[in-house]
Amino acid sequence: MEKILEVKNLEVSFHTYAGEVRAVRGINFHIHKGETLAFVGESGSGKTVTAKSIMRLLKAPLAEIKESSSILYKGREVLQMNKTELQDYRGNDVSMIFQDPMTFLNPTMTCGDQIIESFILHQDINKREARQKALEMLNVVRIPDAEKRLDAYPHELSGGMRQRVMIAMALACSPSILVADEPTTALDVTIQAQIMALLNALKVKFDTAILLVTHDLGVVSNFADRIQIMYAGKVLEEGTAMEIFYKPQHPYTWALLKSVPKLSKHNKQELYALKGTPPDLILPLEHCPFAARCEYCMKICRTAMPDRTKITETQYVSCWLKHEKAPVIEPGYKREV
Amino acid sequence: MSKYILKRVLYMFLTLFIVTTLTFFLMRSIPGDPLASMAQALPDQIRANFLAKYGLDKPLFEQYLLYLKGLIHLDLGDSVVYAGRSVSETIRTTSPVSGFVGGIALFIGVGIGSLLGIVAALNKNKWPDFLVIFIAVLGVSVPAFVLAALLQMIFAARLGLLPSSGWGGAKYCILPIVVLCLGPIASYARYVKSSMLDTLDQDYIMTARAKGMSESRVIRKHVLRNSMLPAVTLFGGSVVGVFTGSFVIEKMFSIPGIGFYYINSINNNDYTMILGTTIFYATLFVVMQLIVDCVYVVIDPRIRITGEKI
Repeated sequence: MEKILEVKNLEVSFHTYAGEVRAVRGINFHIHKGETLAFVGESGSGKTVTAKSIMRLLKAPLAEIKESSSILYKGREVLQMNKTELQDYRGNDVSMIFQDPMTFLNPTMTCGDQIIESFILHQDINKREARQKALEMLNVVRIPDAEKRLDAYPHELSGGMRQRVMIAMALACSPSILVADEPTTALDVTIQAQIMALLNALKVKFDTAILLVTHDLGVVSNFADRIQIMYAGKVLEEGTAMEIFYKPQHPYTWALLKSVPKLSKHNKQELYALKGTPPDLILPLEHCPFAARCEYCMKICRTAMPDRTKITETQYVSCWLKHEKAPVIEPGYKREV
Repeated sequence: MSKYILKRVLYMFLTLFIVTTLTFFLMRSIPGDPLASMAQALPDQIRANFLAKYGLDKPLFEQYLLYLKGLIHLDLGDSVVYAGRSVSETIRTTSPVSGFVGGIALFIGVGIGSLLGIVAALNKNKWPDFLVIFIAVLGVSVPAFVLAALLQMIFAARLGLLPSSGWGGAKYCILPIVVLCLGPIASYARYVKSSMLDTLDQDYIMTARAKGMSESRVIRKHVLRNSMLPAVTLFGGSVVGVFTGSFVIEKMFSIPGIGFYYINSINNNDYTMILGTTIFYATLFVVMQLIVDCVYVVIDPRIRITGEKI
């Protein structure tokens, strides 16, 4: 399969008064054409920062993407793009939708105008044609009464509708990658499912790869092809959705999976909650970042960072438990059938 | 919308009524009368005749009712001090002078102020920003009359370039306009700057950038409009500010505007004139507020009151 995006050794830091916050600490990943890659992790694990880095939306000089990082889009280095190349790249090659469709839509512009803008920016068409295309897009994202919604302002629509408008806007120029930064977090549960189903349908229709950022494993389970588990700016485990859900290897992944509520009549078990909080990213963290919260923590975990161990062709894990000298333990999570 | 406006207009009349009443009784509670400023010792008979002519001998409350009755017919009465000069006529002839000077000052002030605010916001923490802040602080903290005197000294007395005071031709307008526009420049510069910085921080600006928009287009299409919106609310106050600022300025530059007469009438206890001009100012103020609110409703879709949700 063709790799359309390849990120190597991405390191992002924020310069704050308290010091340098290393939000992303050297992560590698790639996205194939038309697949869905999900980033899963707690708040502050660096998911959103990674997503925004791909779009180069982080504000310099506050945020700094380190020199050694590389983001290759179809062989072109995104971090070296000049202003015009970047404008062409954003929205046209890679576009993004955000968490809260209310604040991420301009409140004083009609939804139609905001979608039209996407077309005008990247295609050589006039306003009337763009309006026609915007109307088509609204139909594509299944907004009823699209003609009327075109002239509606964001505040006149419901949350789900707004997110559909955002999606219409982002997919307007059929980008090859759609970065979805927690697209369903601000929506209620029934709408979440609809939006995810829509994204999935559109992914097939436009042959768009999706980079899905979320902290909700439930959302991921149905839609992701591959999953990366992130923690404190590092990728702890990666694998196909099947591998992550059926054969998770990392204690952190086990903890995440255990904390998903199960709906069954006879389930009297108290829901598992992972204790503690993620480490302060100002710290250097030369060892496994999860060590402090890990039930299986060993001496080595607190002194050195484990290597990336290959489990299968697609599954990799960074954990000292995979070391040949580590004790063999029972997996901390088993999927109930 | 029409219901809203109707309600506002009713409140407007209520406000004006209260202003009229308060001014009337407050003014009359001040010791002295119009005659005091004209002559020291008048024979009692002349005094009584004068008071009778203007109805000032009647009980206070009756005078008040009579005044209100006149007001309903838009009759503001005659000046008590200057015989035969009608208050309405005076307002009609003098307010255009004030309106002209004030209007130009406001236009220039709002324009330059907004521009400075935009420049400051786009160059945050660089020298243009500091320069604008300096001008704004100066504009707020230096009283207009100090600046007026300073400019008169420099440009009229020392350099002899411009007349120090008087009226007649463009030359006479320059200094008063410069003094008057400093206030709006300062307030708009600060307001637009903070409003624009606020807008630049909004999430939808990131959306606009993520669409692949050039920075200048982001500013033009998304930032400017949304950051100018709050500045509109400032406008009503500015209009009144320029007019009230003109009290002192018109006096200092001897401009025959309404402020000039207002100050004179207060000095002379010219009852009808004080009331008339006060009502004029009050009307200007409430009408401006209403207009600003209506304009705001029209330009900001979020607060459209028309209801009718789609």
